[in-house]
Amino acid sequence: MNAKNADKIATGVLYAIAGIVILILAALLGYILIQGVPHLSWHFLTAPASAFTAGGGIGIQLFNSLYLLLITMLLSFPIALGAGIYLNEYANPKSKITGMVRMTIEILSSLPSVVVGLFGFLLFVVQFNLGFSILSGAIALTFFNLPLLTRSIEDALATVPDLQREAGSALGLSRWETVGHIILPAALPSIVTGVVLSAGRVFGEAAALIYTAGQSAPALNFGDWNPFNISSPLNIMRPAETLAVHIWKINSEGIMPDAQEVSAGASAVLIIVVLIFNFSARYLSSYLYKRLTSTK
Amino acid sequence: MTEKILTTENVRLYYGDNEALHGINLDYDQYGITALIGPSGSGKSTYLRALNRMHDLQDNVTVNGNFMFKGRDIYAPDTDTVALRKEIGMVFQQPNPFPFSIYDNVAFGLRISGEKNKSVLDEKVETSLKQAAVWDEVKDDLHKSALSLSGGQQQRVSIARALATAPEILLLDEPTAALDPVSSHKVENTLMALRDQYTMIIVTHSMSQASRLSDRTAFFMSGDLIEVDSTKQMFLNPTEQKTQDYISGRFG
Ligand SMILES: Nc1ncnc2c1ncn2[C@@H]1O[C@H](COP(=O)(O)OP(=O)(O)OP(=O)(O)O)[C@@H](O)[C@H]1O
Ligand SMILES: [Mg+2]
Repeated sequence: MNAKNADKIATGVLYAIAGIVILILAALLGYILIQGVPHLSWHFLTAPASAFTAGGGIGIQLFNSLYLLLITMLLSFPIALGAGIYLNEYANPKSKITGMVRMTIEILSSLPSVVVGLFGFLLFVVQFNLGFSILSGAIALTFFNLPLLTRSIEDALATVPDLQREAGSALGLSRWETVGHIILPAALPSIVTGVVLSAGRVFGEAAALIYTAGQSAPALNFGDWNPFNISSPLNIMRPAETLAVHIWKINSEGIMPDAQEVSAGASAVLIIVVLIFNFSARYLSSYLYKRLTSTK
Repeated sequence: MTEKILTTENVRLYYGDNEALHGINLDYDQYGITALIGPSGSGKSTYLRALNRMHDLQDNVTVNGNFMFKGRDIYAPDTDTVALRKEIGMVFQQPNPFPFSIYDNVAFGLRISGEKNKSVLDEKVETSLKQAAVWDEVKDDLHKSALSLSGGQQQRVSIARALATAPEILLLDEPTAALDPVSSHKVENTLMALRDQYTMIIVTHSMSQASRLSDRTAFFMSGDLIEVDSTKQMFLNPTEQKTQDYISGRFG
């Protein structure tokens, strides 16, 4: 067999593999969307769930998911940003501390999310007495999210060429100023991509939440924005079943007559939101890049 | 004899334990262009970067010697490196505009040092771009990304950026090495036009560039300064055999 034929065969095989991957993804998405989209309605998206009768919605779970995502990001982004900047801009790659930080992050990222959830349960829910709450859930999700987010921020910073750092100091900037005024702005489009993609991952996470944010979704009063009231949507000490947990729960113990439909609809919503995150990550990043490189 | 703006005495520089410069003595009059030539690895960049303390950014580099800029010790413990690098600007081999607009690039140094007045910024940006001979090519679209320019334009914008903070000395490390002949020519013209207002030290591998541009040429080899003289003298009648060999292209 000559090189040309070998090349042809290799190309063909690679195309086939790529095709299969796309096919699997398309089938999966298609199945979930075809099953679920017919059940979507404004009512379904906004009404509270009902445990025993048909016609319940996912309004509270959807809100819980988004709110929990927000709190998680508020907790994890500053830490991940700091860690990413430290690792890429300050840390001496040969030092023991850097090595340890990296190893910690790697181990953390390889922990199964169930374990993270259980840890969150034992430590925050029980030990620190935070109960099943948005806060406990957000902390668990922060553990879950931190390693990947840190890694993606670090990678974003690493793509900024060293020439830029030299140019900054040649203009008389301290290292910190170089990071703040040049490196971070330059890396912003990819940092945002990383954040939005990780948001998609966090949004769909269930296992880490079952024992931390809890499996119940008490009724919320959307007229009450005092975060200290128990029925306020903003209260972070209330239990908050999320969309992903809800899907898991309906499928394991749902007794409403339309459990099938609710589950399919909720799954479709989940997938759609995650897809929105993915697409907006791309869009945002190119938009920011344009904004950054020109001032109008 | 005129006052020297910059003197360097007995410069020894170590990368770890490895001595890369073995005692360089060189000083500079105000204004004019000094070219540093020599084979690859001879220590030209190393020497140049010692002048505005760029080595500070790296661990493991030890700089010894006496550096005086306008009577002040560059390596004195209380030297403000930020202020120093504003007075001794630098242009690199690779054009390296920041990923911002042309305007923001040139205004960058001024903004960092606290200049907010729009009309001052506008004026400085315009003069710097004119000095760098790139104004006519970019004036209609100052707000587009500097990255969208050609390499030659980017390099001239980088020069403008360095000029905007009004340095007294400009260090240039092979500023035209990455450019096509037309762009190099424009950058050379830029430097020619600046020679009466700035003290410039330029590293170059091009003998013809050194002879066209510089008033004075210094020849480096293996971490030593072999010879320094007026450019004319160096190219027509060098004292050292090594210089003669290098200039006539016998090695390096
Ligand atoms: N960061 C560094 N760490 C260790 N050694 C270095 C470093 N930079 C340069 N050197 C060494 O110092 C010597 C001088 O290098 P330098 O870059 O100053 O040469 P140069 O004259 O600028 O060469 P070129 O013309 O190729 O740019 C070389 O032997 C080089 O290997
Ligand atoms: Mg060099």
